[in-house]
Amino acid sequence: MEWIMNPWPWYVSGPLIALVMFALLFVGKQFGMSSNLRTACSIGGASKASDFFDFDWKKERWNLIVVLGAIIGGFVSANYLSDNTVNINPDVVIKLESYGINSAGESYLPTEIFGDESLSDPKILAVLLIGGFLVGFGSRYAGGCTSGHAISGLSNLQLPSLIAVIGFFIGGLIMINFIYPLIF
Amino acid sequence: MKTLVYLIIGVFFGIVMYKSEAASWFRIYEMFEFGSFHMYGIIGSALAIGVMGTQIIKRRNIKALGGQDMQLNPKAMSIPRYLFGGILFGLGWALAGACPGPMYVLAGAGYGSILIVIFGALGGTFIYGLLRNKLPH
Repeated sequence: MEWIMNPWPWYVSGPLIALVMFALLFVGKQFGMSSNLRTACSIGGASKASDFFDFDWKKERWNLIVVLGAIIGGFVSANYLSDNTVNINPDVVIKLESYGINSAGESYLPTEIFGDESLSDPKILAVLLIGGFLVGFGSRYAGGCTSGHAISGLSNLQLPSLIAVIGFFIGGLIMINFIYPLIF
Repeated sequence: MKTLVYLIIGVFFGIVMYKSEAASWFRIYEMFEFGSFHMYGIIGSALAIGVMGTQIIKRRNIKALGGQDMQLNPKAMSIPRYLFGGILFGLGWALAGACPGPMYVLAGAGYGSILIVIFGALGGTFIYGLLRNKLPH
């Protein structure tokens, strides 16, 4: 049973993600987790503001079922399949400590950012809100996120997906190297 | 019946995301610091199998359930759309330490703060819809 409780190594996890993609292809769908954000906007009535949201969202309901499944999967994993700690490179832990983030190795997410008490800190609130905003805006602008481009698109040898993934890393490296030192 | 299949795929995906630690802010940060092979190994091994499987599907013309074509549509070419959109996404991915799949997984895992990230992502998607015609694509 230990292999279930321990974190799964990359060579187990990667092929299982490919399996998720193939399972969705097999049932006639496409693996892409950001499109449901657009569907959710449409359900909320966003088509009144932009025709981008004016589509038959009922055809995309399947995607929301996948989301519901992912939520259940997260619940099951965190409560029954994990001790909820993540062991990262010790050098990175030291770097994080210089930012005042000391929870590496003790929790799944940094308590300094995701702990409930952090929500009273306007800076942390802004980090979560702006981070989410950029993820939502950027994935729709780029026409996909990590699952849609980095897994589905690259598996299908799509040059646009390669450009998007290069963009993901340019953005991520700018954030970590130039903007994090200003925030933390 | 089909709904149950989507639900099972989603649950499986959620467990894989959580257990692989791809849903952990720490792993995303570590990836952008080039501190470990872990995330690169996940994406790389998913791709190695993904590319092989996709090629087999295309060459043998394997159909989806019900006989319809698999959703392997070519993406329209553009540089600004994918590059600018990609950079904005990357900034957010590193700032929030979560991408759209793991967000929901973390919500299920009980991290209430992730709801702020999801709210922000909905806002970002909505504002993109408003500005879409003014952006280079």
